[in-house]
Amino acid sequence: MEYKLTYSKYKEALMSGKFCGLKCNKCGGYTVPPKKVCMECSSEDMDVVELSARGEIKTYTVIRVPPEGFDAPYIVSMVELDEGPWVMGNIVDLDPDKASMELIGKRVSIGHKAVKGDKFSAGDGVALAFKLEG
Amino acid sequence: MREVAVVGVGMTQFGMSEKTQIEMFSEAAMDAITESNIEPRDIQALFLGNGLGDFEEGQMNLAPMCAADIGMPNVPATRFEGACASATVAMRNACLWVASGFYDIVLTGGTEKAMAMGTPMATRTFAMGSDSRYEGFAGITFPGAFGMAAHLYSKKYGIPLQKLKEQMAMVAVKNHKNGVLNPKAQFRKEITVEKVLSGVVIADPLQLLDCCPFSDGAAALVFASVDKAKELTKKPIYIAGVGQGSAGPLYTQKDFTRIRARESAVKQSYMQAGVGPKDIDLCELHDCFTIAEILATEGLGFFEFGKGSQAVEEGKTSLNGEIPINPSGGLKAKGHPIGATGAAQAYEIVKQLREECGERQVKGAKIGMIDTLGGDLATVCNMIFRR
Repeated sequence: MEYKLTYSKYKEALMSGKFCGLKCNKCGGYTVPPKKVCMECSSEDMDVVELSARGEIKTYTVIRVPPEGFDAPYIVSMVELDEGPWVMGNIVDLDPDKASMELIGKRVSIGHKAVKGDKFSAGDGVALAFKLEG
Repeated sequence: MREVAVVGVGMTQFGMSEKTQIEMFSEAAMDAITESNIEPRDIQALFLGNGLGDFEEGQMNLAPMCAADIGMPNVPATRFEGACASATVAMRNACLWVASGFYDIVLTGGTEKAMAMGTPMATRTFAMGSDSRYEGFAGITFPGAFGMAAHLYSKKYGIPLQKLKEQMAMVAVKNHKNGVLNPKAQFRKEITVEKVLSGVVIADPLQLLDCCPFSDGAAALVFASVDKAKELTKKPIYIAGVGQGSAGPLYTQKDFTRIRARESAVKQSYMQAGVGPKDIDLCELHDCFTIAEILATEGLGFFEFGKGSQAVEEGKTSLNGEIPINPSGGLKAKGHPIGATGAAQAYEIVKQLREECGERQVKGAKIGMIDTLGGDLATVCNMIFRR
């Protein structure tokens, strides 16, 4: 069966403001970012759905020594989506020097930011951009 | 399955090296071969760990070149890549091929020249262990992943971050103290908790001395069937158990204070060896970051989940503690040439079980373990050795 939500389609949707994932028709679980089969029950019977694009910060770090091609400092965080899965992205509306343990548990809305690729990245990419709510 | 034993080991000095990956591996390999009382022509296959040779020296397909350099150009020679666990994955395969009866004597180990890349490029290539599509564009780094693990740990177990950071610093202090006693270690200098806590921040909350260095180095071991081993050496060290586990990208692992790949691997190792954590006399484990050592001591079952940081503070993991962890100095002080790391851990355990470790000898050690982690907690491979 054809790969339902490829990176290329996921990226295209995200760049147009739609954060998409897969919802399983068998168990109801969500698989985000997409995989070939449901992360909960291994079924291939999943549909592409637009997600709520909201979630809660579970952890974070401030990258101060970046990989080649990135400008530090910046915040990387793991967010638990309202649909259940965890995703990685950047908290974009906070000064990295103000990041603290207080962030954990805070609600975020999820957008995107385009990221320039390098010679190893097979083109340009996109990262999830987290904005603190309220 | 036949029982397999280590008959010879070799290891280079770790740190910055002028030598190539091949030259370093050849030095370690010939020491292991000489110690095994065999010739290169007696070896039937090479199982080589290497992480980033392509980027370090522009060298792909390294294994046949390593084999040719030590006079065994025609044997099957294969590179194994499991990020920082590459050598242990190679050793596990070497062990299983001998155990299966297909080979009697094989060479295994690993080599790496990470310092050639410089920090920005090394950070970029190490980060290739993350999911390049769904994580890499966020600029995650290897210290960043473990920084996030430290924050998760602090929150989950209600240990104030400053307290946890002090306990993490004690891991670095302990491993540097052990490293002073290891002539092959990259750093042979004691440090203090205050020094760790005053270092530059690499990825919050990890400071410079919470992190292992980039390193060059190689290590090698000769494995043989037990019958052969008894002919070759008076001091065979037996491989009692091996295990390997995987996990997907970091985001699929959710609460990664529990490293599922490790829990899966170590269950296999303990089951095959017929032992449990209480039977292990010493362990060389993957302290790429101070928090990583704490998580590993819990995942391997030495301490309850959430109690590993306290155990360090209580001295339980010191050279003379209840379970000495990283007597070699660990990745932190001995160094971390990624593709060689697991083989260097095995080198230390074999030396310890033969009672050849001088001042850092764990007295009376009979059963030792290694544990190596690769990528964003996606590969863990461990092995149990006994004398």
